[in-house]
Order: sequence, then C-alpha cells, then structure tokens
Amino acid sequence: MSDLPLIQADHAVSSPATTTTSPGGRGRRLRLLSRTDRVVITLMVLVPLLLVVALVWLPALATVALSGTDWDGIGPLSEIDWVGGRNYSDVVNIYPPFVPAMQNNLLWLAALFVVATPFGMFLAVLLDKEIRGSRFYQTALYLPVVLSLALIGFVWQLIYSRDQGLLNAVLGGQTDWYGDPNVNIWAVLVAAGWRHVGYIMLLYLAGLKGVDPSLREAASVDGASETSTFFRVIFPVLRPINIIVLVVTVIESLRAFDLVWVINKGRNGLELISALVTQNVVGEASRIGFGSALATIMLAVSLVFITIYLAVVMRENRR
Amino acid sequence: MSRPRTEAEYLARLVPSSVAGIGRRSLLTGVGAGALLGTGLLTGCGSDSDSGSDSKEVSVGSNQSDPQPKGVIAKVMDGFKTSSGITTKINTVDHNTYQENINNYLQGKPDDVFMWFAGYRMRFFAAKGLAGDISDLWGRLSGYSDAFKKASTGDDGKQYFVPSSYYPWAMFYRKSVWKQHGYQVPTTLDQLTTLSAQMKKDGLTPIAFADKDGWPAMGTFDILNLRINGYQFHIDLMAGKEAWTSDKVKKVFDTWAGLLPLHQPDSLGRTWQEAAQSLQQKKSGMYLLGLFVAQQFGNDEQDDIDFFTFPEIDPAIGAKALDAPIDGYMLARKPKAEANAKKLLEFVGSKEAADITVKNDPTTLVANSGADTSGYTALQKKAAELVGSATEIAQFLDRDTRPDFASTVIIPALQQFIKNPRDIDGLVNSIENQKKSIFTS
Repeated sequence: MSDLPLIQADHAVSSPATTTTSPGGRGRRLRLLSRTDRVVITLMVLVPLLLVVALVWLPALATVALSGTDWDGIGPLSEIDWVGGRNYSDVVNIYPPFVPAMQNNLLWLAALFVVATPFGMFLAVLLDKEIRGSRFYQTALYLPVVLSLALIGFVWQLIYSRDQGLLNAVLGGQTDWYGDPNVNIWAVLVAAGWRHVGYIMLLYLAGLKGVDPSLREAASVDGASETSTFFRVIFPVLRPINIIVLVVTVIESLRAFDLVWVINKGRNGLELISALVTQNVVGEASRIGFGSALATIMLAVSLVFITIYLAVVMRENRR
Repeated sequence: MSRPRTEAEYLARLVPSSVAGIGRRSLLTGVGAGALLGTGLLTGCGSDSDSGSDSKEVSVGSNQSDPQPKGVIAKVMDGFKTSSGITTKINTVDHNTYQENINNYLQGKPDDVFMWFAGYRMRFFAAKGLAGDISDLWGRLSGYSDAFKKASTGDDGKQYFVPSSYYPWAMFYRKSVWKQHGYQVPTTLDQLTTLSAQMKKDGLTPIAFADKDGWPAMGTFDILNLRINGYQFHIDLMAGKEAWTSDKVKKVFDTWAGLLPLHQPDSLGRTWQEAAQSLQQKKSGMYLLGLFVAQQFGNDEQDDIDFFTFPEIDPAIGAKALDAPIDGYMLARKPKAEANAKKLLEFVGSKEAADITVKNDPTTLVANSGADTSGYTALQKKAAELVGSATEIAQFLDRDTRPDFASTVIIPALQQFIKNPRDIDGLVNSIENQKKSIFTS
C-alpha cells in the first residue's frame, strides 16, 4: 500500500527537474541554496540511504554470503564453515519440496494475474458507476484486506475443514480441502484471491476516480460504446495505475506466505519458496546456510521482476 | 523400571565411570563450592545486581501455555515460594513459539531456569554450551530411576536436566465402544488387522489418524520401528548412524503401507484434535497418540478411556519398548541468580513438587517415583505401569534426532509417504541423501 504515494512523489519531483536542467541553471540553483537548505537536503538523502543500506542491502548481501556456509545459528561467526555451492546443489538435487515450491509460486502468480487482478479491476469499474449501495460493496470487498492474515487463515479453516467444515457440511461431500495436495493449492488460491481482489479493486477505483470526465464525454459524443470507451480510452489513460496493479500482483505472488503458513506451514502441496525459507531459517531447525540459499534463489527471481519494472518506469520518465 | 541390556550399553557410553563412582558426600561438597562460586561470580559481574544480590527472585521460562498445565506450574512455583521464600517470575510462551525460538532464546538472555525436553534436543544444547551443568544437584535428588538419570545426562556425562513429567504413547480406545462390540485387546499385528477388519464391518474407522501438523505420524513410524527393529536400531537411525535405505527401514514403511488402509483417510488435512474427537464421538475404534488425547474428552468421559500398548510384530523384539517423552527443567548457561535457580531445580525435582503436580494434572505422569501417586486416575495408574514395565523408553522421533532433520526432512517425507505409500524406494533414497548432507554439516 505504501508503495503508491512513493511512486507518485517520484514522478512529481523528477519531471520538473528534467525539464529545467541546463548546466548553468543547475549551478546557479545550488549557489542559491542557503546553508540550512543544503543540510536539510543532505539529511534527506543520507537518512533514507542509510536506512535502505542497513535494512535492505546489508541483510540481502549477508544472506547471499551465508548461503555459502553451513551455519546452524548457534555460536560465534568465526566458527562458520564455508561450503561453497553445496547448499545450492542440495536445494536443486536432493530437496524434494523445492520444485513444487517453484511451481506453486508460478501458479500463484498466474492465478492472481489471470483471474484475481482482472476481476478486481472489473469490480472497480462496476463500483465506479455509482450504483446504489456502492459504498457498502466497497467496504465488503475491501474488508478481507483489512483483516489480519492469521485471522483469514482461521476463517478459511472453519470453511475448509474436512470433518467439521462449512463447505463439506453444505455440499455433503468428503473433499479433503486442505489435506489433498491436488486440491489444497486451489483452495488456498481462492482464499488468497478473495483478499487480492479487494486490494486491486481499491487501487483501481482510486485511479478511475481520477480520470477526467471530459474524456468519457468526448468518447460518448463520438458514439463509442461503454466497452470500447473503457478499453480504448480509459484503460490507456490509466497506464500508471495499470503498472502499479501489475507490480502489486507480482509482489503479492512472490511474497505469498502467510496463508499457507497458517494452514500447514507450507507443506504437503502448499510449498512456497518463502515458506521453505522460513521452515529452514526460523525455528528450531536453524539451517541458516541452507535457508539462505533458498532465500537467495528467491531474491534472484524477484530481481528479474524488479529489473523489468524499473526498466519500464525509467523509460516512462525519459519520455 | 527394569533396564535392558541394549539401553544400558547405549547409555553407558554417555555416563563416564567417574560420574557413576562419585559418592553422595563429595557431590554435596561440590554443591557448596558451586553455590559459593556462583554468588561470587554474580557479585563480580554486577550488571544485574538487583536480582542477583537480592537473591529472593528467580525467573523461569515456561512453554506450558495451555490453561491446565499453566495452572499446575503456577501451583508448583507457589509451593517453592512457601518452602524457600524465593519468588519465581514465570515467563510463559506459547508452546510452539517457545520451541521455534529456542535457539535465539538460549543465546540471548534466557530465564534462569527454562523448561525443555529430554533426549537429543537436551544433549544438543548441553553440547553447544547453552545449558548449565547441574551434576552437583543430582546428588541431592532422590526418587529418580537410572533411566531418568540417563535421560538427563549430556554427551559429556554430566547432568543438565531435571525431569518433571512424562507421558506414554499408546493405542487409546473407549471402553464402552469395545464392550458394546465385544472387542479384545490385540497382542500381535495379525490380531490388530483382524480386529480392524471387524471394526470396519461394524461401521467404525479402525484407527483414527491425523498428520496435518506433520508430527503425529512420527509416532506411528516410531512405534513400528521399535516393534520391527528394536530400540537400539531406532536410536542409531535417529543418530544418523544407520542408513535409511536399509531393508530394515523399508520393512517399517512396508508394514505401515499395509496398515494405512485401516487408518482414517485424508489424514493430511486433519489436526490431531479432530482425530481425537472422532474417537471421542465413537466414530473411530482406536487412536495411537500420547496420553494428552484425554484433553479432548469431557470430564465425565475420562473413565471411559483405556489403552493398550502397540502389539508385537516380531516375537524376537517383543512389545516392551515405547515412546514416552519426558518434560523437565534446565539451567541457563549464565543464570543471573544461580543459587536460587539451583534451589528451584532441586525443588521441582523433589517429591513435594511431584505431589503438587499429581494433585492438579490428570493428563501427565510425574517422573519422581517418591511422589504420592494415590491421587492418580485409573488411566494414569495404568499408564505409569505401562512405562514402568517398558524395557526401553524412546523420546519421540523429533526429540531423538536433530531438529533440522526432523522438521525439514522427516515431516515432508512422512507426508509424502502417506500421499503415496507405493514409492518406498524413492522415499528412503531421498531421506538418505538429505540425511547425509545434514549430518555431515
């Protein structure tokens, strides 16, 4: 959620800067800055920089470094043994949950991207029509996003439990929603999608409210239908929001963790890379080295998406 | 408790003769010196001087977060205050969270005394220097059998643990259901299979089963391994000395695969509480679980619970070994109030503390044999007899082996087996490969 204002602020600041720069102008502007201004600017750059380095880059680099060791989390750092790439070869060759975890992460991404995100956008368009009770629907759909994930896991446990759950009681079936590894990933995706739809709906609704009404009027004067107005006028205008929605979807599917952890700690059909990292690093197991190798793989996958996103955003700015 | 040749041999390696040979008096002198040294160190270190020099307080880390055991701990600590005048500060943490954070907890600033389990998990922290040596204290404890002393001994032959309670794993059933159908307790695997077939005919699920959380199936693996290959093999397998690809392990999985159709289906989506409720609701005939299964029964139903030990599979091995995990207390590596902490450890190992537990908790058994057990329920008495007659006592799979191996390899492997009981070769190969990687690191 907090990504949203940050990105917009970025746009707002960078565009005037790019338009007004000429070598002489920049120099004069610097001289115009008072001492206080310079201190403030330095602090504003340094403090976030230090925070990012200390809280993001150092841990990330430490993870990469630890992934080459067999540290068990106990004892001084001097006792760590370097094992090279053994953790990585173990992950790929002899760790059975790894492949299902990669598949599940991709499935998660596909499901959110193909089903949940478009559905959330669809709901946003409907709610934008000012239908009666739209505030109620808005609240109802957004509620899952507000609820804590532990609570969501519990709510769905009540629905999905094989022997005592609501779903089997209503359908009269015996489906083992959480235990059958062929079924449980879909059951969880429904729960995750339920939450994701509300999130996307709110983001997109905010974007739709900001669309200049004259665009719609112009389109209807030209005789465009509702559908073609949306796909040919509104959707292209909302490009920045679309990118945010896309990024949010990717982030949500990469960091998907809480639901499967609440359900069965990411085992038995619900393996996700993030859950495997937690299983190995956190807790009594304390396979810090091995878990770090998994985390590094996750980092590498995330970097692919981050790079694509940055490339797109930078191309935008250059225009 | 009669002790077997094999267990003696195994444990003899852990207890050096020097420890066994020390007399009571020399240990007492040691305690005196230790206490003096302890207070000396405390005044020397100075930073936490209030709690140390004040010497009227001691802190305890407790994992007994369920209401009933929590109340029992509070009563035991009240008893300690009455007898010694020292106040205990109990720091209770949710059972699972406590276990998952134990590494950080012990390396940070742990409480002076903390609750933990006997077995590999205790010896591991002792070997890592994260627990305090309390060999001196053991000279003053009475009422503990050799089996308990050995379960409290680290790899270096010193004691690090004071056992307080334990509970056996067995096949539980409802007397009323068995009486209604005229079932007899099976003593061999064949009888168990025949009985299960009869239960199916009578519309019951023969054996309740749940493995959503991953650990309950370990109990089934343990008991089959103990019955088929015996205690020593179990210990060696857990210690990483035996190969998982051996025919012995394959036979365990083979036998289990034969029994699986008698178990409640779809176990991977069920919690043990739900499985226990199916027993309680008379839908299942029996359930292999710890004594804590009784928690899922109402107060008026407690008398209806009964159990038998898992039947014999190989006559040469017998049916005398079982899982009976021991819970107890340990000393932190650098306790702030060492003298008080040791007093507390002595108290929790005493008859008085055991008596308090007996009075207040019907779901556990006390480790101290001097305790007045006349307050035991019929179920507790029978459980105590069962453990007393056991020739070998294992601690449960995840307490007898490395925690990383148990949680990241065995849990997924057993769940994989339950999903697909046919591919045993692939399964044991996968376990063995991972075991080699983990045990060599």
